[in-house]
Amino acid sequence: MIFVELFYVFSKIGIFNFGGGYAMLSLIQDEVVNKHEWMTINEFTDIVAISQSTPGPIGINCATYTGYTAVIHAGYPTWAAVLGAVLASLSVIWLPFILMVSISKFLIKHHESRTVKSVFGTLRPVIVGLLAAAAIMLMSKENFGSPSESPFVFILSIIIFLFAFVGTRLYKIHPILMILLCGLAGLLIY
Amino acid sequence: MGIYTDIFLTFAKIGSFTLGGGYAMVQIMEKEVVDKKQWLSHEEFMDTLVVAQSTPGLFAIDMASHIGLKLKGVRGGIVGALATALPSIVAILLIAIFFQTFRENIYVEKVFMGVRPCVVALILAPCFSMAKKAKLNKRNWWIPVITALLISAFGMSPIWCILAAGIGGFIYGRVKK
Repeated sequence: MIFVELFYVFSKIGIFNFGGGYAMLSLIQDEVVNKHEWMTINEFTDIVAISQSTPGPIGINCATYTGYTAVIHAGYPTWAAVLGAVLASLSVIWLPFILMVSISKFLIKHHESRTVKSVFGTLRPVIVGLLAAAAIMLMSKENFGSPSESPFVFILSIIIFLFAFVGTRLYKIHPILMILLCGLAGLLIY
Repeated sequence: MGIYTDIFLTFAKIGSFTLGGGYAMVQIMEKEVVDKKQWLSHEEFMDTLVVAQSTPGLFAIDMASHIGLKLKGVRGGIVGALATALPSIVAILLIAIFFQTFRENIYVEKVFMGVRPCVVALILAPCFSMAKKAKLNKRNWWIPVITALLISAFGMSPIWCILAAGIGGFIYGRVKK
């Protein structure tokens, strides 16, 4: 039964996912392409590309699309596929959520304790490093273009990057407005 | 407006504009939940980041669950988590059903060529405001530098950095006492 399998596989993917959507992709690929053969590797690559260019967490995007495609491939009509998509997405969320409930309860109860304060006091600087690392790793050819192959795109990307950085940092432009502005700029310039 | 409606609308908005993964959402979420709604202080927001990063599940969903739980218990958490996931589920379903050729659309690609560098800037920007709130000084500035280096240059998983720093903080707290 495809629905039970979707629920089981995506629950597993949700609970074994540490460190965000990208780490999840290899897990999903292994289960969905290799083990269950719900789709081909080419279809999976398309899904990853689509997930990156639509709003929302990449893990949820992937789960929704996989749920839909797997049910369609099993020969069911569209409405059943929509159900499969929603089921797969919720399956990813529910186990980590239950875990989060107990962790949050503990932290809210003990947040004045010296030990908890001291642990989080060290962890806050780590988070700064974590975000810096994420930004550094995203400064790639995929996001900025390459200076040798497409100097025009590269220079424009740097300008957009600086504009977005200065705009949100110094002029307090709302990040959502900034995304819309940069998207519009891309549409008009390229 | 009821608090649940408020939680739902806020996180649905955040979910709608999370492009390119969980980290891109940090600044939008900080603006909405800390500056505008004042549901959390800056320090509490950073602690939420720590918790979301070190527990299984999706970063953005974990953040929303934790903040929802803090505001209104389990029901608040469920509303927050579902609201963050909803825009993504709807968008993907529409694409899956109607626009199989979404990726090949030239205009979509143009928009994203503008959005991608912007997203990188949005991830980098909160580092500077957070550095102040994390009380970085002469004694602990090396912590974020080493962390960033280990992760970006040596491909270390952030989990290990959090674990090491957590244990370090725990021991430090004990010794100081």
